[in-house]
Amino acid sequence: MSTIKIRSKRFAAYTLVRTLIAHPMETGHNKNDATGELIPAHFIQTLTFKHNGKVLSQCQMGYGVSKNPFFSFKIKSAKAGDKVSISWQDNLAYSDTLEHIIP
Amino acid sequence: MLTTRRRFVKKMLALSGYALGLGFSKISLANWIADNFSRQTFSQSITQLFPNQELQKSDRISLKLPRTAENGSVVPITISSTIPDVDTIYILSEKNPVPLIAQFSIDPDLETYLGARFKMQETCDVIVVLKAKDQYYQTRQKVKVTLGGCGG
Repeated sequence: MSTIKIRSKRFAAYTLVRTLIAHPMETGHNKNDATGELIPAHFIQTLTFKHNGKVLSQCQMGYGVSKNPFFSFKIKSAKAGDKVSISWQDNLAYSDTLEHIIP
Repeated sequence: MLTTRRRFVKKMLALSGYALGLGFSKISLANWIADNFSRQTFSQSITQLFPNQELQKSDRISLKLPRTAENGSVVPITISSTIPDVDTIYILSEKNPVPLIAQFSIDPDLETYLGARFKMQETCDVIVVLKAKDQYYQTRQKVKVTLGGCGG
C-alpha cells in the first residue's frame, strides 16, 4: 500500500490538495525506550508536488517536520480529471510516488 | 546553408551540452542542501539561508498558528499571503536544534498558501520568510509549547 494519501476538493477560486504521508520522521536524537540505543535518523528530505506533470512545488525539509507529514496546497485553476502527484525521498534513499485524479 | 559533417557534429555537441545543463539544473533544484538543515543556532541559520539579505517585516503574511501547542511534536501551521510573485516559502522555529523546518518553492500556478505540521522543541517564535522578486519578507508569531516535541 502506498505511504501517501491525497485528497482534493475543487472550490470556485482554487482547488485544495491535501496530502498525508506515513513516515516516522526520526531525528536521530531519540532513544529506543526498551534498549536505550539511539534510533537512527530517518526523515523525508525532498517532496515534489506536480499538476498534470508540471512541478508546482519542490520542498526541502529537515526532521523538524512532524511524524506522518501533512501538507496542503491550493492550485489556482484545476479541472476535474486533472492529475496531481506527490513524490518523496528520504535520507535512507527510500521513496514513494502517488498519482491522484481530481474528482 | 552549407552543412558539413563537422558543423553537424558541432551542433550536436552544443545541443547535448544544453540538454546536460538542463538536466543538472533540475537535479540541483531537487538537491537537499545539508548545510541548511544542520544543527545550528537561529542566527547562524539566518546567515546561512539569507546571506546579506534584509528580511523586511510584513503584515501581508497571515499565519494560522495555535497560541499554545499542547504537544510540540505536532504544531499545525497555515500560511497565506497577498504579496505578489512569491516563489519560495521558508518556515523556521527559533529554538529548534535545526531552525529551518522546511522550504517550499511556489509555482505561479499555486496560490501563496501552504499548510503543514511541524515539531517545536520549546516555547519560541515561529518565523515565516517569503521570497518574492528577490526581496525577502518575514513575519513571526510566538507559540507556547507545553510539551516539547523534538523528543517525541
